Amino acid sequence: MNSFEWSSPRDIAQAAGVATTTVAAAMVSQSGRLSTDGVVFKAGGIDLLDLMKEGLLVPRGIVNLREIPDLAVIAQADDGGVHIGANVTLAQLAADPVIRTRFLALADVAGNSASPQIRQVATIGGNLLQRPRCWYFRSRDHHCARKGGEVCFAFAGENQYHAIFDHNGCAMVHPETSATALVALGAKLELTNAAGTKRVVGLEQFFLLPEVDIQRENDLTPGEILTAILLPPPAPTSRSIHIKQGETDSFDWPIADVAVALDTAPGGACRAAAVILGAASPVPHRAKAAEALLVGKTIDADVARAAAHAALQGAAPLTKNAYKLPIFETLVRRAILAVVRGG
Amino acid sequence: MLDTTLPDFLASDAQAAERDAVGPGPVPLTLDVNNVSHSLFIEPKTTLAEALRDSLDLTGTKVGCDRGACSACTVWLDGKPIAACMMLAIDVGSRKITTIEGLAHGDELHPVQSAFIAHDAVQCGFCTPGLVMSCAALLESNPTPTIDDIKAATSGHLCRCGTHPHVHDAMLDASRIRKT
Ligand SMILES: Cc1cc2nc3c(=O)[nH]c(=O)nc-3n(C[C@H](O)[C@H](O)[C@H](O)COP(=O)(O)OP(=O)(O)OC[C@H]3O[C@@H](n4cnc5c(N)ncnc54)[C@H](O)[C@@H]3O)c2cc1C
Ligand code: FES
Ligand code: FES
Repeated sequence: MNSFEWSSPRDIAQAAGVATTTVAAAMVSQSGRLSTDGVVFKAGGIDLLDLMKEGLLVPRGIVNLREIPDLAVIAQADDGGVHIGANVTLAQLAADPVIRTRFLALADVAGNSASPQIRQVATIGGNLLQRPRCWYFRSRDHHCARKGGEVCFAFAGENQYHAIFDHNGCAMVHPETSATALVALGAKLELTNAAGTKRVVGLEQFFLLPEVDIQRENDLTPGEILTAILLPPPAPTSRSIHIKQGETDSFDWPIADVAVALDTAPGGACRAAAVILGAASPVPHRAKAAEALLVGKTIDADVARAAAHAALQGAAPLTKNAYKLPIFETLVRRAILAVVRGG
Repeated sequence: MLDTTLPDFLASDAQAAERDAVGPGPVPLTLDVNNVSHSLFIEPKTTLAEALRDSLDLTGTKVGCDRGACSACTVWLDGKPIAACMMLAIDVGSRKITTIEGLAHGDELHPVQSAFIAHDAVQCGFCTPGLVMSCAALLESNPTPTIDDIKAATSGHLCRCGTHPHVHDAMLDASRIRKT
C-alpha cells in the first residue's frame, strides 16, 4: 500500500469537494500506469484498503468520512419513510428495530453480507459504492476495459460468477448485495456535491450499465458525498424479503440473490410487486415480466412458479454460468412464497 | 504558503480541510490498547494489525490474508470484533482496542481460553487468537449462546486445520460455565 496524506473532517460542508476524483476515475489508465495525485473519500475503508493493498488504486490523499456525526444516524423522514445516513454500518442496520420491522429485506441483506467483523465497520454508503469483484478487474495483471484497457477478459475466460443479463461489453455482476434489497424497497440516494448542493436520485437510476459507461458503475461525480439513503414509507400491507445463495454457508458475496417486495390487499390480490435479481447483471436486475405476472393475482404456488420462470426471460448465460438460471428460478419462487406466507 | 495571499472569501471549507491533512510521513498518535495508552509515530498507511505487531510487539494478533477474509487478525474495537488488517491505526482515534494479550487477568485465563485448552480446540494455533476474541465477545453479549449463535459469531473465521468442531464444543462448555 502506498503512503498517503490523511484528513478527517468533522462535517459534510468541510468534506464535500475535498476529494479530487472518484475511485473509479482514479483506477482508469491507458497503459496500466495509475495516477498518483488523486484524493479520495473513505468510509469504513474495507473496499478502499483492499484496492490499495492490491495496487489497483494509488491515491495521494484519503479523506476520512467516518468522523462525521451527521452521516451516522437512522432517522424518521418527514414523509414517514426512513433516512439512513451513509455511515450507518451493516451491523447497525441488521440490528435496528425499525429496519427489522418495516424493511425486512434490508435487515436481511445487512445481516447476511460479509462477516461479523466486516459488518461492524462497513458502511451502507461504502457498500453501495464498492467496486466490482470480477477477478480480472481485481487483478493487476489484467488491464481490462473497466480500467481503461481494450477487452473484458470474462467472455473468453473464467466467467462462472459473472452476469447472465445485460453484459454488453463487460460481464461483471454488481458487488453491492444491499442494492438488490434497496432497489426492491424503492430507495433513493441523497448526494451532496462539491459546492454543497444536494440532489436526490433513485438508486435504480444511479447505477450505470457498461453500455452507458464501461469505466464506472454509477453516476457519482468527483467530490460528491453520498449523504443518505432514503426509503419511502412502505404501504402497511406490503412486505419484503431478501435471500441469497452463497457457494458456501459462511461469508462471501452471493452467487445469486433475490429481493421481493409485495403489496397485497388484505386477503386478496397483489397490488404492487418488485422482483429484483442480484449478482445477475452489472446492475441490480428488475424482473419486469415476473412483476407484471404477479400484479392483480392472488398469489399461490402456481403463480409463484410462473413468475419465477418469467424472471429469467431474456437471460443470456455465458460459457460457464448457466447453472445460475435454475438457482435464480428457485430463489425467486421461494422469496415470493415466503413473502406471501409471511415467513 | 499560497493561502496567505488569498482573500478570505476564497478560502473555502474544502481548503481548510486540505490544510488539516497529515502525512504521508510518520505522524504522532496515541492508541489505547488493553487499557494502556501508547504513543506511536507511524505513517497514516499503517494498519492497526501492523501497529500492534510491529510497533507494540503485541504479536498475538495474527495476519493471515491481510484482506478481511480470514478473521485471524480479530481484535475488539470498543468491545466489538473487527479485522485489524482492514483498519488503519490512525482511524482508531480514542476508541479502545482489546487484543488477545488483554483477555487474561494475570495468570487467570479467560473462560474461553480455558475451554479451548480443555477441548483441544487448537492445532497449529494461527487462527486461534482471532477465534478466541470472537468467542469471548459473543459471551459478553450472550452468556448462554446456542450452537447456532456460536456458528454465526465465528462464521468469518477460516481455520485450515479444521478445529471448528472443537471450538464449538469449547464454546458450548464455556456457555455452561457462565451459567453456573
Ligand atoms: C470477506 C468479505 C466478504 C464480503 N462480502 C460481501 C457481501 O456478501 N456483500 C456485499 O455487498 N459486500 C461484501 N463485502 C464488501 C464490503 O461489504 C464492502 O467492502 C463494504 O461495505 C464497503 O463499505 P466501507 O464503508 O468499508 O467503504 P469504503 O471502502 O470506505 O468505501 C468504498 C467506496 O465508496 C466511497 N465512499 C464511501 N463512502 C462514501 C460517501 N459517503 N460518499 C462518497 N463516496 C463514498 C469510497 O471512496 C470508496 O470508493 C465483503 C467484504 C469482505 C472483506
Ligand atoms: S488477516 Fe485480517 S482478516 Fe485475514
Ligand atoms: S488451528 Fe491451524 S489454522 Fe486454525
